[in-house]
Amino acid sequence: MIKSYKLRRSLANAVIYIILAVLGIIWVAPLAYLVMQSFSADPGAVPQTLIPETFGFNNYVRLFTETESLNFPRWYINTFVVACFSCVISTISVLMVAYAFSRLRFKSRKKFINIGMILGMFPGFMTMIAIYYLLKAMGLTQTLVALVICYSAGAGLGFQISKGFFDTIPRALDEAATIDGATKNQVFWKIILPMSKPIVVYTVLTAFIGPWTDFILAKIIMGDKVDNYTVAIGLQKMLDNDHLDKWFKRFLSGSVLVAVPVTLLFLKMQNYYVEGVTAGGVKG
Amino acid sequence: MRYIDYMQLNPFQKIGYNLSNFFKKLPSNIARFFKALGKLIVGFFVGIGKGFANYGKRFVKGDVFVKLSYLIFGVSNMVRGQIIKGLLFLVTEAAYICFMLFFGINYISKFPTLGTVETTEKLSADGFTYETVYGDNSMLILLYGVLVIVVTILVFAIYLANTKSAFKVYEDKRDGKKILSFREEIKQFFDERFHITLMSVPCTLIGCFTILPLIFMILIAFTNYDNAHQPPGNLFTWVGLKNFADLVSVTNGATKAKTFVNLAEWTVVWAIFATFSNYIAGMIVALMINKKGIKLKALWRTLFVVVIAVPQFVSLLLMSQMLQENGAVNQFLSVITGQNVAIKFLNSSALVARVTVIVVNIWIGIPYTILITSGILMNIPADLYESATIDGAGPVKSFMKITLPYMLFVTTPYLITSFIGNINNFNVIYLLTNGGPSTEEYYNAGHTDILVTWLFKLTMGQTHDYNLAAAIGILVFIVCATLSLITFNLTKSAKDEEAFS
Repeated sequence: MIKSYKLRRSLANAVIYIILAVLGIIWVAPLAYLVMQSFSADPGAVPQTLIPETFGFNNYVRLFTETESLNFPRWYINTFVVACFSCVISTISVLMVAYAFSRLRFKSRKKFINIGMILGMFPGFMTMIAIYYLLKAMGLTQTLVALVICYSAGAGLGFQISKGFFDTIPRALDEAATIDGATKNQVFWKIILPMSKPIVVYTVLTAFIGPWTDFILAKIIMGDKVDNYTVAIGLQKMLDNDHLDKWFKRFLSGSVLVAVPVTLLFLKMQNYYVEGVTAGGVKG
Repeated sequence: MRYIDYMQLNPFQKIGYNLSNFFKKLPSNIARFFKALGKLIVGFFVGIGKGFANYGKRFVKGDVFVKLSYLIFGVSNMVRGQIIKGLLFLVTEAAYICFMLFFGINYISKFPTLGTVETTEKLSADGFTYETVYGDNSMLILLYGVLVIVVTILVFAIYLANTKSAFKVYEDKRDGKKILSFREEIKQFFDERFHITLMSVPCTLIGCFTILPLIFMILIAFTNYDNAHQPPGNLFTWVGLKNFADLVSVTNGATKAKTFVNLAEWTVVWAIFATFSNYIAGMIVALMINKKGIKLKALWRTLFVVVIAVPQFVSLLLMSQMLQENGAVNQFLSVITGQNVAIKFLNSSALVARVTVIVVNIWIGIPYTILITSGILMNIPADLYESATIDGAGPVKSFMKITLPYMLFVTTPYLITSFIGNINNFNVIYLLTNGGPSTEEYYNAGHTDILVTWLFKLTMGQTHDYNLAAAIGILVFIVCATLSLITFNLTKSAKDEEAFS
């Protein structure tokens, strides 16, 4: 009896291993294809076989040397700069708003929180036309500054996750500090911030990854100013009808160059991500 | 039903009970909502009335400098030693007056009509060439009109603060209290009034780049800012609810309404399939990974999670290329079958394209579900499964009877949130099919377009039907907001339940 139970269990496990392996292959195959073809040294720009016959760094080299029509290195630097600036600004404003909502008690605090939630429910790019004209009025369209503004201006609305985290820090700590004569400002810097390292890391990483992956906003703001593109719209540009035939493999290698750092950052962020998402909604 | 009866229900019945309760209570809830709304409005007006009463009282009770402050900002403060604060008030007033004189008046006066002077072509002085004489620009009038209104409200708030401060400083002086110096007031902003310091910058940014544009776009929905009325060449004007009527009045030959109805249908179908296929499939995979005796859990999880770590536009653009006629998927199928396969996944028939989109979305979405449900799945008490196994339930049965009800109960909010997310799921549709296969039957949309991608096409595509796009945006918002409210209600009931036990 025991033996047969054991047998049945290991049989079940074997089936599960097989299913997992098959699914795993299906899930990773497109990405493997992406990486392999980006190292392909086969002639022709469009891959003819599933696995390239010869390998080399040809596509990467061309991506960085042939920059007359589409300037990938420039886009990469653009995105990096935009990501750094908007990361700093968004992190600061998210933490400020979250701290105010979590720790300070003031008139109409609840109202502000509700308004923030309602604003988050509008489809994001509904406002983009208006933003576009606002930026135009400021003479900022098609510049990187405009992108930084757009990515970080609304950041304060994403306070929920950080607020949830701050709420878990015991209030007794603040009170003790206040009794010792600390101002609210000092409480924020000396007590709350040092204790919230995970959520700060999470906020920084999300804000940093944003510009690398967003493309609707960048597309609307940059229009046809190809030099100021970010990687996302740049890579999409490589796939339009004029470029697809020649640029497909370089698109693949460009994608690898974008995906690798973002993937590493995301994997680092993963645990915080789960905590953040489940803390808000699922606890119920 | 008493609480003890409720506890004995199985989770499905619990959900059914909660839902039926929700709908039973809906009328009274709605009534309560309107009552609360009425109260809110009354309260608002009472508040305003009180504000005005106080405003008047301060004016009557104050001395001549306080009275003067009602006209010239900050006088009372300056006279009583708060020089810098008073000056700041004064500067605000001066700046506002300049702003209105040189900028505001012009736009706000044209706001009700959105401009009347048409742009015309005029024969220029040399008698050969035509030059354009620009008339009113309706778009700028609307945008700056909104800006002026917002600025005016802000300045009015500052004005009220000014009168308050003027009276307070007068009272303090009269009562012999200490009058705070500017430095001390600044210090307050880092302690008792720290929230103002913290909130001001983010609020200004949100106001400029979220609220202002949002008001602008909501107003656009009530104008005829479409393809035929493009500033600066043409004027547009207020049309009331006509755009909404256009979207829903299904008469013969009305392509806009037809497009809207069909796309709305597909949006709902898409959101349901995308949400539930991901949810159930993801949970099954998560269960397999977390099963006792399965080794290398971290490896399996990472295999799936890598897919969401890669930026969506990369994986989706790649997928769209792989699904082309000569793409990798067809090559793979050719190798396996030994024949030449060339399926047009994305641009032949509507049905194939729709199914493809949903399948690709499973590829993208399952990892999210795995990430989120893993932790909760581990929380299901293991003895439940054990006793089920002893009673002779197979894995399918215990999934249907234990896992699914439990998970549904715990993750309903997450489900609704992801449903809303899918209604707004721009990336998958836009990057994968760009709405195609295209069709002449629809107004500027293809067979796989959902409402938000249609909205995008209407604003950024060949035609610029901003009014229609704004109307769609508002409708989508209403649906999403209602769903969110329901979620909120459900979670609240769940919380109450916890409090009960």
